[in-house]
Amino acid sequence: MSDKNEKTEKNERLSVFKTYKLYVGGKFPRSESGRVYEVTDAKGKWLANAPQSSRKDARDAVVAARKAFGAWSGATAYNRGQILYRIAEMLEGRREQYVREVGEAEGLAKAKAAAQVDAAIDRWVWYAGWTDKIAQVVGGGNPVAGPFFNLSSPEPTGVVAVLAPQESSFLGLVSVVAPVIATGNTAVVVASEKHPLPALSLGEVLATSDLPGGVVNILSGRTAEIAAPLAAHQDVNAIDLAGADEVLAKELEIAAADNLKRVLRPQPVDDWAAAPGTDRMTAFLETKTVWHPTGSLGASGSAY
Amino acid sequence: MAPVFDYAPAPESRSVVDIAPSYGLFIDGEFTDAAGGKVFKTVSPSTEEVLSEVAEATEEDVDRAVKAARRAFEKWSALPGSERAKYLFRIARVIQERSRELAVLETLDNGKPIKETRDADLPLVAAHFFYYAGWADKLEHAGYGANPRPLGVAGQVIPWNFPLLMLAWKIAPALATGNTVVLKPAETTPLSALFFADICRQAGLPRGVVNIVTGDGRAGAALVAHPDVNKVAFTGSTAVGKEIARTVAGTRKKLTLELGGKGANIVFDDAPIDQAVEGIVNGIFFNQGQVCCAGSRLLVQESVHDELLDSLKRRLSTLRLGDPLDKNTDIGAINSAEQLARITALAEQGEAEGAERWSPACELPENGYWFAPTLFTGVTQAHTIARDEIFGPVLSVLTFRTPDEAVAKANNTPYGLSAGIWTEKGSRILAVANKLRAGVIWSNTFNKFDPTSPFGGYKESGFGREGGRHGLEAYLDV
Repeated sequence: MSDKNEKTEKNERLSVFKTYKLYVGGKFPRSESGRVYEVTDAKGKWLANAPQSSRKDARDAVVAARKAFGAWSGATAYNRGQILYRIAEMLEGRREQYVREVGEAEGLAKAKAAAQVDAAIDRWVWYAGWTDKIAQVVGGGNPVAGPFFNLSSPEPTGVVAVLAPQESSFLGLVSVVAPVIATGNTAVVVASEKHPLPALSLGEVLATSDLPGGVVNILSGRTAEIAAPLAAHQDVNAIDLAGADEVLAKELEIAAADNLKRVLRPQPVDDWAAAPGTDRMTAFLETKTVWHPTGSLGASGSAY
Repeated sequence: MAPVFDYAPAPESRSVVDIAPSYGLFIDGEFTDAAGGKVFKTVSPSTEEVLSEVAEATEEDVDRAVKAARRAFEKWSALPGSERAKYLFRIARVIQERSRELAVLETLDNGKPIKETRDADLPLVAAHFFYYAGWADKLEHAGYGANPRPLGVAGQVIPWNFPLLMLAWKIAPALATGNTVVLKPAETTPLSALFFADICRQAGLPRGVVNIVTGDGRAGAALVAHPDVNKVAFTGSTAVGKEIARTVAGTRKKLTLELGGKGANIVFDDAPIDQAVEGIVNGIFFNQGQVCCAGSRLLVQESVHDELLDSLKRRLSTLRLGDPLDKNTDIGAINSAEQLARITALAEQGEAEGAERWSPACELPENGYWFAPTLFTGVTQAHTIARDEIFGPVLSVLTFRTPDEAVAKANNTPYGLSAGIWTEKGSRILAVANKLRAGVIWSNTFNKFDPTSPFGGYKESGFGREGGRHGLEAYLDV
């Protein structure tokens, strides 16, 4: 039992437990399956019952993410940046809550957990600044050998299924979710199987951050069980396999080939706090190239 | 009615190209027989004449080629970029010098008109090598980090519609970034790749840097599955692309796929009709429609449908189909009997499903594989010919009323490679281009290509981009 319960034995105030719920379409549903599983801290003490999502929950989350895609991808990059920064603001205000949750989940001393949470907040700020810059960095005009105006610009690929890293319950999670939505994609996130609580709490922050419902959807449960229908889903455009082991990753890649999803394979990350680079953004961007004839003003008169 | 004046034949001379009766595999700088000793014939699609016999690579041959590429990789990747650049510039120059020979060869082996090989394919082939030659010593400026590294051995499988151009798209960026290559050309069009082997020899390219293995899908599959290949690049059908994606699942191989398409060419009521008609013709009848980014679905605003169709039919009646080596020929032969059968079957299905078929009066030669330019009107989105890639000179015409409807119909496909927009209104171009889910959008033009311009698809048209700075990424460890 947790510390909170021990206190009750000393006749102190009985604490209020939180029922952890999923975050789908801007709402906080329980799993459609009605199932939960026990989440324990690093020493095996019970922390909470987390929803154990089903295939149906995964499909509902995809529907929500698809519905949100048009408006989110169509929002101005400036607006997306504002909202990502707002997420950092909201997190900062709840910093202590996340320090406790991350500490319990990963068995970290307070200072170490705080460092993780601070890095996660800073990461939102970092990606907030990227929303209106990535197009200039990876797009641009192409000097074709002919009278054409020719421009390449990045566009979000669509709905991205994100298997959050298993060990880094919060910094790792933020590091894989932020780049996906910074670029205008919407996400269905499968939280760390063992440490899902910080992820489920993140939903509460997202819900109060001006982020439209459905842009990020968070599921907890058995990674392999939830990931399988997502990898096979015909309306999912990409999948980030950060939280999959080698065997599962291969299985999911095979399923993902069915509609040629963009796949980001699991990469070993020693330190999630290290500077991330742009790879996680570009992995889920398409390049659209638009051609148009240019006019010319020749001696023989106007051609435009 | 016979025309009052007709064109005199203007045949290109075949004498500039010397095709050997047989070719081996090009492995480690030398032509060699296949381990199994088997050969297959390559024919000219316009006459069914056997042009040559080429070796059929077995798994063992593919393994030899990969080993040769692996051995060559160490030195090739260690060369200063400026030295690799010079090899690529040499190759580009030799291609320019031999471009007439290569154009004739390509026309013979593929069936496409000499006009297109001479004026489109070959200039682009040389341009691709020039473009990527210039990147070889500037990779640290490409935006992929300070010291971008090559991947190793690239296994590349290319199709038969643009044999030499697809080779250039694949080999030029691979070599510029320091990779070595095993390339498998298509079964029906192996010759220009084998001639390219000779260009590598003339350019003094170190042995093993480029290896060419000829054969059918089995050789391609062996190459893709080879454990010592680090990068797989494929251009071809979506079905095969999916199979390849499954094959490389769970490996560290980097993959890029350039697959099928069902491009929408959208004509608004204020479009310049004459220019649109040229663009439509270019969009679907260029290379006999055997183009993955072909504008095979024409979406016409209802109010100009009849006017546009009249102009289009009049224009189609002036297209000249026949001897691909004749410089007046617009439409050449279909690449193979198999492809002709596929086009024929899909066109018949179009008729059976109730679309109205039209072709200009058009005499087809007796020998070879031919298909008249064909229009289907009254097509709906449910028709097979509006959904499946036909890869032939068959245009399906649909209509729309509002820009939103045009966008919805254009996007109503699992593919997402190309689209066209015809309108005089700039804001409409930009708004529609913004909403189309396709990798290449041509507005008031169609089927334009350039080595500096990234090309590739959304959705089931594959992933990765070829051309431009973006094309480097596929061959770098990023």
